[in-house]
Amino acid sequence: MSAATKEKEPLFSAKNRKLLTNPINLNNPITVQVLGICSALAVTAKLKPAFVMAVSVIVVTAFANLIISLLRNGIPPRIRIIVQLVVIASLVILVDQLLKAFVYDVSRQLSVFVGLIITNCIVMGRLEAFAMGNKPWPSLLDGIGNGLGYSLILIMVGFVRELFGSGTIWGYHVIPQSFYDLGYRNNGFMILPPMALIIVGIIIWIQRSRNPELVEEK
Amino acid sequence: MKFLRDFLDKQKPHFSKGGRFEKLHSTFDAFETFLFVPNKVTVSGAHIRDAIDMKRTMIVVVLAMVPALLFGIWNVGYQHFLSHGINAGFWEIVGFGLLKVLPVIVVSYVTGLAIEFAFAQVRHHEVNEGFLVSGLLIPLVMPPDVPLWMVAVATAFAVVIGKEVFGGTGMNILNPALTARAFLFFAHPAEMSGDKVWIAEKADAYSGATALGHLLVGEADKIPSFSDMFLGFIPGSIGETSTLAILIGAVILVAAGVGSLRIMLSVVAGGLVMGGIFNLIGANAYMQLPAYYHLVMGGFAFGTVFMATDPVSAAQTGVGKIWYGFFIGAIAVLIRVFNPAYPEGMMLAILLMNVFAPLIDHYVIQSNIKKRLKRAKAAVAA
Repeated sequence: MSAATKEKEPLFSAKNRKLLTNPINLNNPITVQVLGICSALAVTAKLKPAFVMAVSVIVVTAFANLIISLLRNGIPPRIRIIVQLVVIASLVILVDQLLKAFVYDVSRQLSVFVGLIITNCIVMGRLEAFAMGNKPWPSLLDGIGNGLGYSLILIMVGFVRELFGSGTIWGYHVIPQSFYDLGYRNNGFMILPPMALIIVGIIIWIQRSRNPELVEEK
Repeated sequence: MKFLRDFLDKQKPHFSKGGRFEKLHSTFDAFETFLFVPNKVTVSGAHIRDAIDMKRTMIVVVLAMVPALLFGIWNVGYQHFLSHGINAGFWEIVGFGLLKVLPVIVVSYVTGLAIEFAFAQVRHHEVNEGFLVSGLLIPLVMPPDVPLWMVAVATAFAVVIGKEVFGGTGMNILNPALTARAFLFFAHPAEMSGDKVWIAEKADAYSGATALGHLLVGEADKIPSFSDMFLGFIPGSIGETSTLAILIGAVILVAAGVGSLRIMLSVVAGGLVMGGIFNLIGANAYMQLPAYYHLVMGGFAFGTVFMATDPVSAAQTGVGKIWYGFFIGAIAVLIRVFNPAYPEGMMLAILLMNVFAPLIDHYVIQSNIKKRLKRAKAAVAA
């Protein structure tokens, strides 16, 4: 009886929706788990590469989670890391080739960081923590959710850094020339990676003051 | 003074719990304790308190900065008229300097204090007076031609990211005034370095490079004489040019027991030793520069006296202070000589050692504990 009701669980039940939304806010991989920081600092000087990177990570986390979840009962525990890495690496190579084929200039800007998705802690973390013990559908949702959480932060940081660092959004000038004539200058510090760290810090600060349950007890 | 006290006492109930302006409590408290030594008594722990509280300590530092500030105001005017070849009178020079320097001070104080008060209200702590010093330090380390909005942005950055995120005055890792300067240095290099910014509204044909700037392009013969640099008749940040005025400040700080003489001396020693080593190598014009020249060039003197001795971000232990100061001096000269693209090595050296100060203290304390344990063991064995 209970098995029958379980099978009929709707695709987007409350539990499944949570898998998707939780990593976007309360369990965000960057601001709460503090994973995947290095790529978040490296690719966010402009919005466009940040966006492409975000999409790539969503694709990799989603499919890696799905594939590992499908294979989970067949993977010998002792070599599971190797199997996971093979899956991730194949997906990353696919993504890399696609980027090179269709958005070559962005792929050049992202350079080594697409390849480094293989070592991105978020991907491995979700495989170990979730996909190895859950069914394919929730795993896929969890992968997409974590990818989205990562993307959200990347795009926020990329937006702020490009706006103040270069005066552009997505490569288009948004700060009018009259501002520059009045003496406004682009902030060169925004282009440098330390500022990305500070912006991520500010996002964490805002998030924590809005959600006091995230603050550790002293 | 009595009428002031009476007035405050009359207003106090409005700002206490249940009063009309309860929310503005910390603002009221700030003004009250600014005017009068607070009559609060301790409830636990050590009951002996120095009569000189933080507000009154800070005012000593502000006083110590006054000579550098006054000279800076004069020098801003002097350099301006010099570049135009105009022979101006004393008051004309001071008037121009005031016109340039006062707005920077006002912007720095207004921005910084507004943020301080806002944080104090939200977090229900008292308004701290640390900014009285930072608010004057920031203008003194700015080039005279700095755009005012940049001062505002940098001050906001320094107060929020340099201080408030760590918990406010007394908790900061980095010196807030230097944080502001470093922020501008990386954010707007064109307005913070080069030879265009050190003289307010300078004439186009006139070279406005600082001594460090001359060395950067290898014009060692163009640097001003030692006495000019010591007295401060050179282009530079508003408060940093006159080593003499800064020395007067140093005397005030040390006499009042506020600034650490130990740190100042070890910074100077560090600079001299590093400069001496480079003299021995002598591979280029920069290395051949006499070591004592480093002490009067750029922000070395100002940083030594007002920045390195910041009691919050400096090392706390006696031995630690020596190491901390020595490395500031040595690294500042090292950066100047080896990486002239960052001419102001002093700023970066102090910020770097600010970060290392807790580590230095940790090892000093640990070694002290070890030494005492050894002594205790020896005593037991004997």
